[in-house]
This record gives sequence, structure tokens and C-alpha cells, in this order.
Amino acid sequence: MKEKVLMKGNEAFGETAIRCGCRFYFGYPITPQNELTEYMSANLKKAGGEFIQAESELAAVNMAYGAACSGGRVLISSSSPGIALMQEGLSFMCSVQVPLVVINVSRGGPGVGSIQPGQADYYQATRGGGNGDYHLIVYAPSSIQEASDTIVKAYDVAEKYRNPVMVLADGMLGQMMEPVSLPEMKEALAEEDIPKVKPWALVGHKDQRPHNVIKSLYLQTEQLEETINGYWGKYETAKKELPEYEAYNLDGAEVVMVAYGSTSRIVLEAIDLLAESGIKAGLIRPITLWPFPYNAFDKIGSSTKAVVSVELSKGQMLDDILIGSNGRWPAAVVSRTGGVLIYPQEVADRVKELLEGGKLNGKSV
Amino acid sequence: MEKVFEYTRGMLDVKLTYCPGCTHGIAHRLIMETLDERGLLGDAIGVAPIGCSITSHRYLNVDMCESAHGRAPAIASGIKRVHPNAAVFTYQGDGDLASIGTAEIVHAAHRGEKFCTFFINNAIYGMTGGQMAPTTLVGQKTTTTREGRSEAACGKPLRISEMLATISGAVYVERVSLDSPANVRKAKKAVHKAFEVQEKKLGFAFVEMLSTCPTNWGLSPVASLEWLRSNMMQYYPLGVFRNPEEVM
Ligand SMILES: Cc1ncc(C[n+]2csc(CCOP(=O)(O)OP(=O)(O)O)c2C)c(N)n1
Repeated sequence: MKEKVLMKGNEAFGETAIRCGCRFYFGYPITPQNELTEYMSANLKKAGGEFIQAESELAAVNMAYGAACSGGRVLISSSSPGIALMQEGLSFMCSVQVPLVVINVSRGGPGVGSIQPGQADYYQATRGGGNGDYHLIVYAPSSIQEASDTIVKAYDVAEKYRNPVMVLADGMLGQMMEPVSLPEMKEALAEEDIPKVKPWALVGHKDQRPHNVIKSLYLQTEQLEETINGYWGKYETAKKELPEYEAYNLDGAEVVMVAYGSTSRIVLEAIDLLAESGIKAGLIRPITLWPFPYNAFDKIGSSTKAVVSVELSKGQMLDDILIGSNGRWPAAVVSRTGGVLIYPQEVADRVKELLEGGKLNGKSV
Repeated sequence: MEKVFEYTRGMLDVKLTYCPGCTHGIAHRLIMETLDERGLLGDAIGVAPIGCSITSHRYLNVDMCESAHGRAPAIASGIKRVHPNAAVFTYQGDGDLASIGTAEIVHAAHRGEKFCTFFINNAIYGMTGGQMAPTTLVGQKTTTTREGRSEAACGKPLRISEMLATISGAVYVERVSLDSPANVRKAKKAVHKAFEVQEKKLGFAFVEMLSTCPTNWGLSPVASLEWLRSNMMQYYPLGVFRNPEEVM
């Protein structure tokens, strides 16, 4: 077991990215992810990298596109309203198939919202906040250790799929401190080695090959359709290869809660409270939000009477739960939003109320 | 027989699809000839804008990417971080640079980014069919200013070179015109200087090129050149606004 260090989430995210060989970071201040931008400003140069405090999130995502399309390993991060501004670039990078890791330390919304942890970016992350046919690959870690491990994986997935990967870490994960064992330092890709690893990257043709062009415009509609169909195959592969979840206590569970990120940790405590009042409850924790682990619902047994989404938003993930449960169980949502956290006791009480009152089928209580 | 002129290797053997009389073709050739003459074609990376010249990568024989509307300077900033010794440039129209992309161009200059921007000022939005640009002259008719641009409603046109020249990181700023052989030769010198500034890593280099859009101006190619001279050049004086000592 590697040595553990106590770190704030935002700083651990940045340190992990540096250890993954990320050498380019572009960011704009926004709470609750400022420590990440600050950490990169202090540490990336030391590792031989480059940091720019961008004039806006719009500029930051486009700087990231420039660095990534010319072969760099890049990190950008922001929080909900800043991520909204980045959608232009994220859609663009999907269309031109350029890899990127983006961390969203999400907060309450819509609009400016609040600066407390929120999960109301579920649609923005999984349904595409930008224009066109594309998907972000989205991971939702529930601890700082898992977030660090996820960032390592995110770089491999982003480069394998040549697609942006979002790590959706709410404000709680960004702000709290936990022990974490960080990955080994990996050497960054040297500028001269970029063409070998990324032959599509813009590095200058050196009079040795036809020029590389990275383009998103197709005035011939059939060509655009062909291009989209061309990269759509990888999303189909992603749906088979990437879905991940954790299941807890499903055997004999009367009710199964579904929760991701830090909320899943609150639900684990609620499960103990429910057990005290004689209700056996289980948890499905989606680790990938896109592709969503719909297969997890096949693990639910005949004892289960209801499926409940517990989320810090107004029932956004409930949509995926309804798809996953496919009418096999009544479903409902237990939600707090706007940056308000939910306590284990409140989850337990509301789930009990649901089971007793039969207020199910997509109803929020 | 001695060869006195050769089409630059910097331009691919592809037919340009710009309208007759449009000066994008001249601007393309000047930049490519310059890169060729400086031995930089193999090390150049260009960023195409949103606008008619989004397709410039079809013609320019250098590695290139497209950008979202106005974001080319941010993209070039990212590219330059990965390839500090490449000859990086953005090529942008006046809707792209002077309207939707003002933040990106101002802050690239503000950071003193070490790339070049070639700014094609044709006083109109070409690609979308002739709407008003921030550079449209007062009184100029466009599809969104049918009675002519009104100063009261839209303000006076932005003089981008003068504006950027107030930013210390923009070390080289010049306005040239593509209206006549003599001015085209001067423009070529400016392009050379811009790349020299970049090679010497002195700061941000900016060349504004007064250009024509016969289709959307509703004028013939020749009348367009005349209109540029008698109207645009009056409001947009040619000249050098900033010049570093190192490149005289
Ligand atoms: C976000 C966004 N807004 C608007 C457009 C539509 N659009 C395409 S080209 C263009 C104007 C380009 O004009 P200019 O920069 O002057 O270049 P020109 O076509 O004259 O060379 C606009 C508004 C777009 N593609 N993207």
C-alpha cells in the first residue's frame, strides 16, 4: 500500500493530473474549485508545464482545444456556470475528436445559483449542454481517493476514445480533505514524440507529409452525417466497455436507492438508519453517468418494492433510473437542491414515508 | 529562360472558392509566400476563423484547425504553449475578431502572446450575407443597416489596430491595404515583420489588412478597390502603430 497524504480534493485533483503527465492547464476563478486553479498555477511550471489564467471559461476551453489538438495532455476545470460557458468548446472538441479531461466541481444552479455543492449539472453533463450529436464520457467519483484514481483512468479513456471526459465532482469533494494515495509520477509526452503517438495532431508538417487539418465544418450535409456516423461507433463501444457501478446490500432489499458522488455516502448512512427501523435498503451507485450503467438494475431482486433516486437536484438522474428500471418497479426521487445538503436521517425518513404512503412513480417528496 | 516568379509551395493546388474580386486570396498568398521565404512552412500551425475563410485550410499548405467563432486567439495561445517554436498564426475576419472575439483578441495581446494575427477588415460580415460588422462605416448599407449604419444607433466603427496598440503586449501593430500592387507589396513586408517578431519571441504581432467584399458591398471588383481607397482608408489610416526596436 502506497503512502497516504491528507489533501484537499481540489488540490489532489490537480496533483493527480500532473502525475498523469498533464502539462497544460487553463482556468478561470470560480468557487468551489479555486484551489485547483491555484494549485496548477503554483505547481505546473515546476513540472515543466504551462498554466494560463484565461480571460473566461470560453477562452479556457478554447485554449484547451488548441493545446489538445496540437498534441498536449490538458486539464481544465470549473464549476457549473463556468462549465455552461465551456459547452461551445466541448461540443467542438467532440466533433473534431480531440481528447481532454475536464473537472466540474459542481454547485447549485441554475443561473449563478449558489456556491454550495449541487448535483443539478446532471443533464448538462450527460445530455450535452452544447449543440449537435455528441456525448461526453462522465465519471462521478464519491471520494477523493476515487477521484484521483478516476482522473488517471480519464486520461486513458479520453485518449483511447479521442473524446473529452468529464469528472463530475461536486463542491463537497472539491472542498473536503481526505487521505489519498496518489499515483506514481508519469513522464509527460515530449514535444518531439507527439507525432508518433498522435499522428493527427498539429505539429507542423516538416515538409514530410500532407498538412494535417482539424475541421468541424461540413457544408455538404451528407459528409457531416458520414462524419458523425463515423465517430458514433465509438459511443456504441463506450456503452459496452465503460459503464461502471457499485452495488451494495441489494440482496433482499425492500427498497433500492440510487445515488452518485458524495450523496451516495449519505445514502450509505441512511441505509443503516433504515435497518434500525427494520427496513432493508440497498444502493446502486453509478460510477459512470454516461454511459449510464443501466445493467445495474438487472441485479435487483424480487424482494424490492421501489427504486428511489437520491440526488441534490430535482430528479434529473431519475430519467436514467426510469430507463434502467424499465417499469419493473415504481420509482421516486428524494431530493434537496440549490446547494442544500441532505442528511442521512432525512433520506431515511422520506424513504420510509414513500414506502408507507405509496407515493411512487416518479413523484418527488 | 530564367524563372522570375513561381507560385508559392505554401498554396495548395486547389481552386479558391472565394467570390471574384475578394481579397482573401491575396492575403492567403502573402502569408504563405512569407512562410515559404522564411523556411517556416513545415513548422507553421494556422487557426482558421468562422467566416468565409473558415475554408482557408483547403488552400494553405500548413497544419491547421478550425475554430469556433472568435476564439482563434485562445486556440493559438494553447497551441503555442505546446509548440513554443512553431510559427503560429490566426487568420480572422472583422465579425470574428472585432465582434464576437473581442475578449480573446484583447487578452491574447494583453498576455503578449507570441503568435501572429492577420485581421481581414472588409467592413462587413461576408459569409452570412452582408450584415453590419463593428467595422462597417457610418452610412454604409448592409442587410441589417438598410438605411446605412447610423452612428446614433450603432456607434462609430471600431478601429481595432489603434485599440490594440494601447496594450503593451501587442508589440507590433500595423494596418496595411490590399487595394493596389504597391500596397500589397507593403502588406507582404508587414507579414514578414510579424513572423520576425514571433521568431524573436518579442510579443504579439498584429497585421490588419483592409480588404474588399464585392459581393456584399454590391460593387464590381474594380469599384470595390476604389471604394476601399476612398472610404475605408479615410477612416482606417494605414501605418505602423507599434513597432519593436528589434525589427526595424
Ligand atoms: C457562434 C456563432 N455565431 C454566429 C455564426 C454565424 N456566422 C458565420 S460567419 C459569420 C460572420 C463572419 O464575418 P467576418 O468575420 O467579417 O468574416 P468574412 O466572412 O467577412 O470573411 C457569422 C456571424 C457562427 N457560425 N457561430
